Amino acid sequence: MNSIILRAGARLLVAILLVFSVFMLLRGHNVPGGGFIGGLLGAVGFIVYAISCGTAEAREALRYPPENIALVGLGASLLSGLVSMVFGDDPFTGQWLFLGATEDDKGLPLSTVLIFDIGVYLVVMGAILALVFALEEEV
Amino acid sequence: MKSDAAHEAPAKAGQVLSGWLSVAIAAGLFAGFWQALGPVGGGEVLRWSRDWVPSAGISLSFLIDGLSLTFALLITGIGALVMLYSTKYLAGHPHFARFFLYLTLFMASMLGLVLADNLITLFVFWELTSITSYLLIGFTHTSAASRRSALQALLVTGAGGLALLAGMILLGDAAGTYELSEIRLMGDAIREHGLYLPILILFLIGAFTKSAQIPFHFWLPNAMAAPTPVSAYLHSATMVKAGVYLMARIHPTLAETDVWLWTLTIAGASTAVFASFMALKQTDLKQVLAYTTLMALGTLTLFLAADVGYAITAAMTFLIVHSLYKAALFLIAGIIDHETGTREVSKLGGLARFMPVTTAAAALAALSMAGFPPFLGFIGKELKYAGALAVQSEPFLVASAVLLANALMLAVAGVVAFKPFWRGQSATPMTPHEAPWRMLAGPVILAALGALLGIMPDLIAVPLVEPGVKAISNAELQPAELKLWAGVNLPLILSGITIAGGVALYLVHERLRDWLQSAGERAPSFDKGWDSLIDQFKAGAAWQTRVLQSGVMRRYVYTIFATLLIAVGGTLVWTGAFGGIPTVPFADLQMKHWAVVALIIAGAAVTTVTNSRIAAITGLGAVGIGVALIFIIFGAPDVAITQLLVETLVVVLFAVAALRLPLMKPEDGFPNRKLDALIATTIGLIVTAILVTVTDGPIDRRLSDFFESASWTEAFGRNIVNVILVDFRALDTFGEIAVVAVAGVAAWALLKGGKEASK
Repeated sequence: MNSIILRAGARLLVAILLVFSVFMLLRGHNVPGGGFIGGLLGAVGFIVYAISCGTAEAREALRYPPENIALVGLGASLLSGLVSMVFGDDPFTGQWLFLGATEDDKGLPLSTVLIFDIGVYLVVMGAILALVFALEEEV
Repeated sequence: MKSDAAHEAPAKAGQVLSGWLSVAIAAGLFAGFWQALGPVGGGEVLRWSRDWVPSAGISLSFLIDGLSLTFALLITGIGALVMLYSTKYLAGHPHFARFFLYLTLFMASMLGLVLADNLITLFVFWELTSITSYLLIGFTHTSAASRRSALQALLVTGAGGLALLAGMILLGDAAGTYELSEIRLMGDAIREHGLYLPILILFLIGAFTKSAQIPFHFWLPNAMAAPTPVSAYLHSATMVKAGVYLMARIHPTLAETDVWLWTLTIAGASTAVFASFMALKQTDLKQVLAYTTLMALGTLTLFLAADVGYAITAAMTFLIVHSLYKAALFLIAGIIDHETGTREVSKLGGLARFMPVTTAAAALAALSMAGFPPFLGFIGKELKYAGALAVQSEPFLVASAVLLANALMLAVAGVVAFKPFWRGQSATPMTPHEAPWRMLAGPVILAALGALLGIMPDLIAVPLVEPGVKAISNAELQPAELKLWAGVNLPLILSGITIAGGVALYLVHERLRDWLQSAGERAPSFDKGWDSLIDQFKAGAAWQTRVLQSGVMRRYVYTIFATLLIAVGGTLVWTGAFGGIPTVPFADLQMKHWAVVALIIAGAAVTTVTNSRIAAITGLGAVGIGVALIFIIFGAPDVAITQLLVETLVVVLFAVAALRLPLMKPEDGFPNRKLDALIATTIGLIVTAILVTVTDGPIDRRLSDFFESASWTEAFGRNIVNVILVDFRALDTFGEIAVVAVAGVAAWALLKGGKEASK
């Protein structure tokens, strides 16, 4: 679609959507959000970009082929689930590390669960973009 | 017949390594099993077990008793010799390393099969032997005949495997355990059980297909498409004996009934006699040997029918005898093929001058096969007669069948190992010369063993045959003695008749062959029957595809929703679960509820009535947003956000796809609008009825309570939906994202692939 207003607006909108998608991903464990929603938002961001500026430019902005992103995400989720076996737990048992935790503050919580959710994010975004880009280029 | 041996070419170091590594593995395993000879000969049974799927009673348990040790030694011993042989036979073959991989995998599967002490474990290895043998038969994959033979073997043995699995599950059910060492003690209970007959039939289908008993025999001669070492290993010494092994292993549980006795007697005897005649009919060395293998399998089945010490001892002994001489003869056939360029008996003659060592090995193996003293084959034959005369079914008939088969075997031995070496002149494509040592080692060692064990039968009697008979009979039967001279008795007289008859048959074998070949042309062919069976299957598949796969989206949707309608709606009506229309508390409804309902109804109305695709898509989006609003009202923000985003994406995707679709015209848009409306309305009503029914009953809150209480304390998250997704049920989520990823990649590949092809 060739519209200068859309293009100018899209740049702003896409940036906000992408930051918001990561925000939704990270906050998801305690308030509404998570990898699935984040991934959908990220995909919407790039789709808006693709509609306004063309898929070639969107692909360039994405840097990696979306289908690869999906597969990397799948691998990350799988690995994050297998980590627990190293510690002698069943697969897909969450492993937690509370950085700088004190008596009354849990500090910065890092976990395999977060990696799992990032994997979900990448799979959802990558798979949808693979489909949409291919469809758009088909037209 | 074209030679399947590869032409010599300089081999790569990695390839050479793969060959020697395989030989070393096999030889090492053989040495390992050798260590078990002492304990097993002393009556011990070695067991090893590890849980696999404990909830289903499936364990990785293995045992070594006389029966499995005999098989294990044959598999690894002959395996090592065959692999050594193959390092030379296939030298320079482009798929040299692949061949050794297949062969080693096959050996491992076969070992697992004979050592397994759990029915399901046994089945897994049973199937693995089918798969590896498929790969080996089809090794020359550029040849259509090879591929057909491989597929035929796989389908026949695979179908038998499925029957076997069903039989094993029934047996496990009847016995309450899958452990063979427990089941073998429950013979009486199983034989009394109502499921005995189905179990027996299913087991025998499995065993008969694997061991090529009539009417499933046709795949085995075709399997000769494999390279000769494979034929020597799989289709004489090991895999085809898996069925025999199964019958022996299950003997304590299923034998001792009239059905067992007669089924095995008839199948075994007819296979043995039929195969002996067929063997004489062939002119290709490998085909001759293939049919003699069938004869041996028939004989083994015949003796496992009975439940007397002599018969079982005969089976155990003949098993060893046959493996030794048959592997030797197959390898010799390979040598002849390799060094002369042909396997046609009519073209071979006078090879003794060129290949003295091969000739000697062939003579030793053939004398054992023909049953001359002092070879092990003689003892095997004496025991067969003694066993045949002792069976409970019809000693006279069984002995006659064995006598006829043995006499024919003697004639075949002459065709295979006497005529090519001593009679006439050779007219072969290549000038014959002696084989290299790696190819001679196998036949010489195996043939020499046949002679050595004949003179000193105690070497195998105590550690293998006697424990083997005890294993087959649950230690209820007394094994017969293995000795060369048992005095002048009926078996000895029968041996004399066999030799006289066999020599006579050999002298007339060419005329007999001509007669058999002309008779064979008129007889119905199992192989052709197989082809027409496969053709019918394909026609059936094509028919049902035509009926079910219209390729029209609208019809698929009809089918899916009609099925839903009948299955779910029918269930609701039939079970009377639908409690009737509930009273709606209209007074409690607020303005926002009415607004959402109005939005959804308006969206649905636009979607169904409009003639514009864009309007329909937008209407559908409105319905989706209405549903998302409902989620928000009732406190499920995560679901609402997801719903909104998905709705947005669906609209985008539709909009992109719509550009590709032809413009919709009102006149041809909806041919069955009334039917569409009927289906849609009914589905809507049914879904409503389900929702009403579900929410009407009490809701089980145990899971919700657990998640609510454990979400923060155990998983450190306050958003229960997310905690469930990424922690409590992460495995489910992983399955779902795997589906998402595969769907995305598949759609991408389809769209891109189509583009590449159309360029």
